[in-house]
Amino acid sequence: MSDDHVFALPRIVEAILFASQKPVSSEELVALLRGAADSAKEEPSMTPFAKVHSGDIVEALILLEEEYRNFPRSFELRENAGGWQLVTRPVFSPWLRQLFPENRPARLSAPALETLAIIAYRQPITRADIEAVRGVAVDGVMQTLMDRELVRIAGRSELPGRPLLYETTQFFMEHFGLKNLDDLPNADELRRVALPKAPEASVVQEPIVFPDDVIPTEPPIENPK
Amino acid sequence: MEDYKVKLDVFEGPLDLLLYLIKRDELDIYDIPIERITKQYLSYMDAFQVLNIELAGEFIVMAANLLYIKSRTLLPVEQQMAEEDADEHDPRWELIRQLIEYKKFKEAAAQLRDNEALQEKLFPRAPVVPEIQPTENLLVEEVGIFDLIHAFQKILKRLDKKKEDLRQIFEENFTVSDKIDYLLRVTAGGTSLRFEELFADVASRAEIVVTFLAMLELIRLKQLRVRQEAQCGEIWIDRASEAAMTFV
Repeated sequence: MSDDHVFALPRIVEAILFASQKPVSSEELVALLRGAADSAKEEPSMTPFAKVHSGDIVEALILLEEEYRNFPRSFELRENAGGWQLVTRPVFSPWLRQLFPENRPARLSAPALETLAIIAYRQPITRADIEAVRGVAVDGVMQTLMDRELVRIAGRSELPGRPLLYETTQFFMEHFGLKNLDDLPNADELRRVALPKAPEASVVQEPIVFPDDVIPTEPPIENPK
Repeated sequence: MEDYKVKLDVFEGPLDLLLYLIKRDELDIYDIPIERITKQYLSYMDAFQVLNIELAGEFIVMAANLLYIKSRTLLPVEQQMAEEDADEHDPRWELIRQLIEYKKFKEAAAQLRDNEALQEKLFPRAPVVPEIQPTENLLVEEVGIFDLIHAFQKILKRLDKKKEDLRQIFEENFTVSDKIDYLLRVTAGGTSLRFEELFADVASRAEIVVTFLAMLELIRLKQLRVRQEAQCGEIWIDRASEAAMTFV
């Protein structure tokens, strides 16, 4: 029995993604393929994969994507911040929601989403600067965003009073299905909008809500690309 | 009723109200009629006061700012106080800039909302059950608080037209909890009501206010659901069903 055709790269990638419980990045896929080839050196059909690189993986992923589209499957391939993942197609959500009734997360309120958007596009950012854009205090909303782990403290600004800086988390990317910050809607324009700055006088020392060791002491990082 | 306070600052800010007014009246955001918008803004402030809605200080600051801008536009150009950074002669400019910037983020937030809705429909191989509980209360589902205030103002105006008989002394025999009972009764069995119908038999200003507050309370308690047919369209009230619940 010949299994040769089974060892096509797209099929292997598919098998990995099918079995994985979390997204797999193309780097991880490369590592997995090379690792398998290394540990089965005596198997001739495995050797080609010892030298696989990310270009091959991308090709395989594109082939899979086409295949799922042309011979419609109930699932599709999606890339988010964590990597590639097989997910059911949106049209099947009514049935899956029945299957996982508890799986519906609470949606964010409009003020929470706006606040989150400002942080996402302009991070790292101080609370005073967020409030300068929204024109209203954001205390309660910030707490919600922190509790839901969409936002975290990024450090302290060098401004007087050394106010805390906030940034979005990896979970934020996953929650909104984003690959990276450039993947934000309208990123080109909004990531460089000049913000109304909070007047310096209103910058007050914020109470420290976390133990000091949780707060990174390094200077604020530039917008991560 | 005295001790009944609704906190608004959790929900929307003064820029939201201004954008709402601009959108509702289809005004040009780059050329805001400051006199008109100030008047309308202040009428909403009045409504908040009637309802005893606790306003964030920012609303008052914005009102002062609007009045200041209005007063400056009334001065002849040569008498206008030169401001340090007055490259722009138009006193509205700073506000307009702030509104436009805020609007962009509001739109970005709407797109994030779409992303969120799509993500909710995608099920990976082993969906993670979220442990996070909603921490904020639901206020208004598809209808914004400003739409409700707008509808509330219309009801008040209609009563004024009916010329409330001032000689008649009303016994204040309505409480918010009475009206809560009433609202639950009329919406029982899935009946949908138009916003105006809630106030059909209402005879006094105080009763309108109490009924409105009862409605807000029921929305907050997730018992009632408010929907609007279109922007500024008919507002409908009915019981919130389990499936229709989203958390604000």
